Amino acid sequence: MAKTIIEVNGLTKRYGAVTAVDNLTLSVQQGEVFGLLGPNGAGKTTTTLMLLGLTEPTEGNASILGVDCTRDPLQVKRRVGYLPDNMGFYPDMTGRENLRMTGRMNGLSGELLEARIDELLGRMGMQEAADRRAGTYSKGMKQRLGIADILVKDPDVLIMDEPTNGVDPEGMRELMSLIRELAEKDGRTILISSHQLHQIQQICDRVGIFVHGKLVACGEICELGRQIQIENGYSFEVDAQPGGEALVQALREMDCVAEAELSEGLAVARASEDVRGQVARRLMESGFTVTHLRQRGGDLDEIYARYFEKAGENDAGKRENGKAGQRKRA
Amino acid sequence: MQASAKTAKLANASAPSTRAARGGFTTLYRKELADHFHSARFKLLFVLLTLTSLAALYGALGSLADSTSSEYIFLSMYTTSGSSIPSFASFLAYLTPLVGLALGFDAINRERSQGTLNRLVSQPIHRDAVINAKFLAGSTVILMMIFFVGILAGALGLVAIGVPPTGEELLRLFSYLLLTSFYTMLWLGISILCSVLCKHAATSALIVIALWIYLTVFASMVASVIANLCYPLEGMQGYFNTLNNYQLQLSLERTSPYYLYSEAATTLLNPDVRFIGFTTTDALSGALAGYLSFEQSVLLVWPHLTCMVALFLLSFTVSYIVFMRQEIRA
Repeated sequence: MAKTIIEVNGLTKRYGAVTAVDNLTLSVQQGEVFGLLGPNGAGKTTTTLMLLGLTEPTEGNASILGVDCTRDPLQVKRRVGYLPDNMGFYPDMTGRENLRMTGRMNGLSGELLEARIDELLGRMGMQEAADRRAGTYSKGMKQRLGIADILVKDPDVLIMDEPTNGVDPEGMRELMSLIRELAEKDGRTILISSHQLHQIQQICDRVGIFVHGKLVACGEICELGRQIQIENGYSFEVDAQPGGEALVQALREMDCVAEAELSEGLAVARASEDVRGQVARRLMESGFTVTHLRQRGGDLDEIYARYFEKAGENDAGKRENGKAGQRKRA
Repeated sequence: MQASAKTAKLANASAPSTRAARGGFTTLYRKELADHFHSARFKLLFVLLTLTSLAALYGALGSLADSTSSEYIFLSMYTTSGSSIPSFASFLAYLTPLVGLALGFDAINRERSQGTLNRLVSQPIHRDAVINAKFLAGSTVILMMIFFVGILAGALGLVAIGVPPTGEELLRLFSYLLLTSFYTMLWLGISILCSVLCKHAATSALIVIALWIYLTVFASMVASVIANLCYPLEGMQGYFNTLNNYQLQLSLERTSPYYLYSEAATTLLNPDVRFIGFTTTDALSGALAGYLSFEQSVLLVWPHLTCMVALFLLSFTVSYIVFMRQEIRA
């Protein structure tokens, strides 16, 4: 039976007049990978800090494994591994020494600690680099050492703040499968905060979309997609021979299509229900050869942009779209 | 297998929190000490202090060979200056602040900028362990350095002059070295305070160096300017103002820890210093020439000592409070 591990109730944090986190309510089950998504400055880091008792909430409370995060942060930190954004290591100590220090601070010592460090270094594929000074590590190695570092204490819950920052695509794949493994094999509960949608989409069981301190949507990714379709209608990408304006014109003339426009060489049509079959048939009848017909809206980018729009965050939405666009081009 | 892992985890979790927290402090303290001993900065300061004290000793021995007086010949090794080399005591008075500053100016902000601070505070240790360990490790290093150069100079001087110190001389030397250590720790405290307050190590280094130069070199000039403005010494009125002028200047100068330290050090090392500050010829008439006993010398500088320790504690307390209330984020 799934047990609730992280429970957040009406959590609010204000810095003067600015509300960084606004009345956040959330719960994460055991063994679940939960993605906290949002643009920079949405309050994700503040939320993770409050979960660890590093910042006091203005209102509301949070508990992990039944322990109040504000009242008893030491107990929480004993069971929770936190991978901060830009985690650093002592550059003059080797990777192994850095891990050893973390272990000692968690009350581990002797052979138990050494065995665990060896095991973790092996698991992260870092045996060769283990005795090099941490100052010489690349960003990706630091990230892997960081994960080893938070696993030293054998935590039940992992909180990762932007774990994919600055990791190359190959490293990213490894990282993603590792995170998945940590949740599935070891049964650890994982909370990831990120603004990188594509990776999160692959590994999260559920996501929460966070804009301006507010959780605007929360649920499984396909569920969020459905929600959007219900509210905003369906949209399709259509390409055909001949394409271009003629195609758009033809689409506009159909009564089942509410509107159609040309974007990036594809015609995009909106409708109130799934009319793909109808559209394909009508286009064939009018002498078009359909080469491409795909429903839009299932992927996170769309969901993300939509929710930003909904939250009145057009600027942030555009910015994120711009980023996504750049990523695609790259 | 899994059951045993679970019980191990339980045992780990139920370890008394005080022990784990103390373990954090010990780990950090050892790490800080190791850092100091390995750092180029420490080695540089150590060589600098050793060389200057040897040079001062060399100069003092040259002068002592010509002198005929003084019962306290062992102590005068520390206070006699050579023809062109300042005495051991004045060298220490100039250089020990530098030691304190160099050991502390980047204590906290370096941890912050290299990203290790948020790693530390996400471990199950009390947050004050971080700053306590820094103060204590710095103080340990300072005590070791000061006592090392003091005893080294004494031992070499003993070989050269061949006059063994009396018990009182040893007591005076010991209390002088202790006073010097406190003075250095005061600067350590100031520099750690700056490292808590300033984001950049360079800023905090500049602030503490400026403070050091001002208090050591310029504070007395400023004091005399202010005293002369308040109580001009020109003309007839000047004769009446002399006392007030001197008293004001003295109390202004005593706001500088450098002046306090100098007064206390001189009194401790020279048994023939019978008073500090202002005395009239009337008060001295009929006094028998003689040396002060150790207890009387200590009594004379007790306020100075108290003030020094209080300043150190003040800087520690302020850094402690500021650090504990600061938000640690990436």
